[in-house]
Amino acid sequence: MNFDPRYSTRNFTSVGTRPIRPDGVDKVTGRARYGADFNMAGQLVGRVLRSPHAHAVIRKIDTSKAEKLTGVKAVITAADLPDLTDGDAAMYDILDNCMARKTAFYDGHAVAAVAAVDARTARQALKLIEVDYEVLPHVTDVDEAMKHSAPVLNDTIFTEGLEEKPAKPSNVTKRSQYGHGDVHEGFAQADYIVERSYRTEQTHQGYIEPHACVASVSSDGTADLWVCTQGHFVYRQHCAQLLGMDVSKLRVTSSEIGGGFGGKTHVWAEPVALALSRKAGRPVKLVMTREEVFRASGPTSATSIDVRIGARKDGTIAAAEATLRYSCGPYAGMWAELGAMTAFACYKLENVKTVGYEVLVNRPKTAAYRAPSAPMAAFAVESAVDELAKEVGMDPVEFRIRNAAQEGTRSSYGPVYGPIGIGPTLEAAKNHPHMKAPLGKNQGRGMACGFWFNFGGQTCTDLNIGMDGSVSLAVGTVDVGGSRASLSLVAAEELGIAYEQVKAVVADTSSLGYNDMTDGSRGTFSSSMATISAARNAIKILRERAAQTWDIPVDDVVWEKGHAIAKGDKYGNLAALSLKEIAAASGKTGGPIAGHSELVADGAGVSFATHICDIEVDPETGATRVVRYTVVQDAGKAVHPTYVEGQYQGGAAQGIGWALNEEYIYGKDGRLQNPGFLDYRIPVCSDLPMIDTQILEIPNPNHPYGVRGVGETSIVPPLAAIANAVSNAAGVRMTHIPMSPPRILAAIEAEQAG
Amino acid sequence: MAGVAVSTTINGDNVEYLCQPDETLLDVLRDRLGLTGAKEGCGTGDCGACSIILDDRLVCSCLVLGAEAEGRRVETVEGMAHGDRLHPLQQKFLEHAALQCGVCTPGFLIAAKDLLAKNPDPTEEEIRFGLAGNLCRCTGYDKIVRAVQDAASVMKGA
Repeated sequence: MNFDPRYSTRNFTSVGTRPIRPDGVDKVTGRARYGADFNMAGQLVGRVLRSPHAHAVIRKIDTSKAEKLTGVKAVITAADLPDLTDGDAAMYDILDNCMARKTAFYDGHAVAAVAAVDARTARQALKLIEVDYEVLPHVTDVDEAMKHSAPVLNDTIFTEGLEEKPAKPSNVTKRSQYGHGDVHEGFAQADYIVERSYRTEQTHQGYIEPHACVASVSSDGTADLWVCTQGHFVYRQHCAQLLGMDVSKLRVTSSEIGGGFGGKTHVWAEPVALALSRKAGRPVKLVMTREEVFRASGPTSATSIDVRIGARKDGTIAAAEATLRYSCGPYAGMWAELGAMTAFACYKLENVKTVGYEVLVNRPKTAAYRAPSAPMAAFAVESAVDELAKEVGMDPVEFRIRNAAQEGTRSSYGPVYGPIGIGPTLEAAKNHPHMKAPLGKNQGRGMACGFWFNFGGQTCTDLNIGMDGSVSLAVGTVDVGGSRASLSLVAAEELGIAYEQVKAVVADTSSLGYNDMTDGSRGTFSSSMATISAARNAIKILRERAAQTWDIPVDDVVWEKGHAIAKGDKYGNLAALSLKEIAAASGKTGGPIAGHSELVADGAGVSFATHICDIEVDPETGATRVVRYTVVQDAGKAVHPTYVEGQYQGGAAQGIGWALNEEYIYGKDGRLQNPGFLDYRIPVCSDLPMIDTQILEIPNPNHPYGVRGVGETSIVPPLAAIANAVSNAAGVRMTHIPMSPPRILAAIEAEQAG
Repeated sequence: MAGVAVSTTINGDNVEYLCQPDETLLDVLRDRLGLTGAKEGCGTGDCGACSIILDDRLVCSCLVLGAEAEGRRVETVEGMAHGDRLHPLQQKFLEHAALQCGVCTPGFLIAAKDLLAKNPDPTEEEIRFGLAGNLCRCTGYDKIVRAVQDAASVMKGA
């Protein structure tokens, strides 16, 4: 049956309710198994040796002493992970990042690994590995790395995206450009122009669970991998390619995941654990320490952004442009490009131009972090928009409403929008009691908008109906925060049965077809679409079985509220058959009843949010306090509203940390100075107020229930909303994130000094 | 290195184990005793995911040696429920969706249990400062605070 994903209005029974999640009891009793909670018989402990240098040629690695230590079962270097990437540059970069081949590109870059009988032996063995480094000049700052005088990380990189290929290699891997109209003409029409430069520092996703896996490779070429990941099918693909295995012979099971936020979308330790296991002939457990997590995984880009926006006297934006420089770590990325695409996505603009530069630096390989690249671009643009509104003499909310994108607007990154939520979130923010609440001494209010594309992707789902009428739902998108509850609600809704009758699990890679990972806010969007499709396929079979039982044409059987009903007066004496009754008879009517679905979930609806916050600034110390915070965001349709609120609140809290505290601090030696939660301070409970949420529901026309992804957009507005609030409270424009107390104090003192 | 013989009480049960002198109580719980409810988020006492109660005192088990449990009482998340009856904090965490990924949850439950044992009627501010030693990256703490408030009122009424 062809699946029609289009939205149609309906009255929901299960969707929109707030039941307890199916994996909840295990998680409050300590029974849930995360990456490090799994063990295999005979398992060894793996440990990784990491470069202490920001940039160094690896001349030689002598592992002989480590290999001789009693209890050491395998020692590996890049030589044990031969290059099988066959010209695939992106995979080569992943391989090089897992284990440095010729050059260590950052403090923490893996150079060797051991597997030993216990952790202490493994640690001792690392000390016995002798690495002969030739230390090279390094660069960690994004602007410094673009200068001609900067050390070049990779002399095969010539900037892509220029009209002519440059004569010399550089750290700029790519230039990208988006926009339409003519910004020169636009600025000529502008009565007011704001032009500013902004910087944001590098942050980490900060998931509480460090990367962890258990790998077991057999001599027959089959292997098992247990791992905390946002995408076990993607990990399988990457690991199999890097190790030269058949994809189907590597079974990857995703553990419960202790936070990812984009940081568990890339392999780091997993190919290393598999290579160790292959060499040792035994299972190997590899768990990163927190220091390793900071030094070698995750971080987002550090950025340097210039923005120029001009407005007419009537408050319409005449032209907008931005130049965005994003650090990528040592490997090419498309981080600045995502910034360039999202920067002005909230607005209806006649003339807009954005240019992005991807910049290599001696820092860990940049990884996705919740709406990757959008928060920094929004910080710069929404800060400038606030200033421009003041120049024009308009309220910042009214100014944004005047310029907000609408259905039919051509976005700054190309596509024409369908029904979207930017206008409604702004109107809701304008009318929110928070906007009218009085402010105390030294307090300022700020607001800002945010956008994220959302993603759909490849999705495969199985729905199996048990003989007792209970339903097993096997999905392939990792549950990062309650999606098994949402998907159970969707299955219950479509089948017309109780939520409690459905049990959702995340299936391993041998039990289900390929699924893209849980990223791009796609988990509930795409898997709910596949669940609806699978349920409709199962309903078709249920109707057939009922028709067979009644000996009537299947077209005369409809499915309503969990029952097959014979349609028409002539069947008046036929009692409806429940799903349970049909399931109980299934052995005699044709065997098991199941619905499957394989699809590409196109049509992820774009997402918009508006945030409001009040911040208090101590003028003597520069310390800040978040007094009040409100999130307004479009969910399309909130399947489980409590978990939608949770996504809004969590994204806001991460944004607050990014705005006020969090940053990677590098010393002159290129080493990370704060690789721990004591010195890299994420918000704690006493740092935050309650975070109010308002869910708007503007249906996504490309999903049967109108669902949009909700996970990422909530981290986009906070940097700017807080910067606007701090600037209003302190009376000085803040242009450097994080706005830590010393930075705020310096800005206040500079302003006072005139 | 010779192992240290330890005799202790964990969740009311007498437990004996051998551990290395430099082995943390967290590693003993997880790797020797199979009690993996306590998690290692940092190993430096900064995240609280390994929180346990040691003789009525809330501690990070990554900062306690296994040998130090000798003759003492250890409470972990595995001991919070009575049979299939959840502790009110566990029940309220579920009802309020006070967890997303859930990896910090055992630590929060133990810290909240300790907090309510010492202050059965905490203000929001007391809850926020009482739980400030536990990191959660998913929730923004809003629903955690509400769950603890709700559990406190249920426990007072009990």
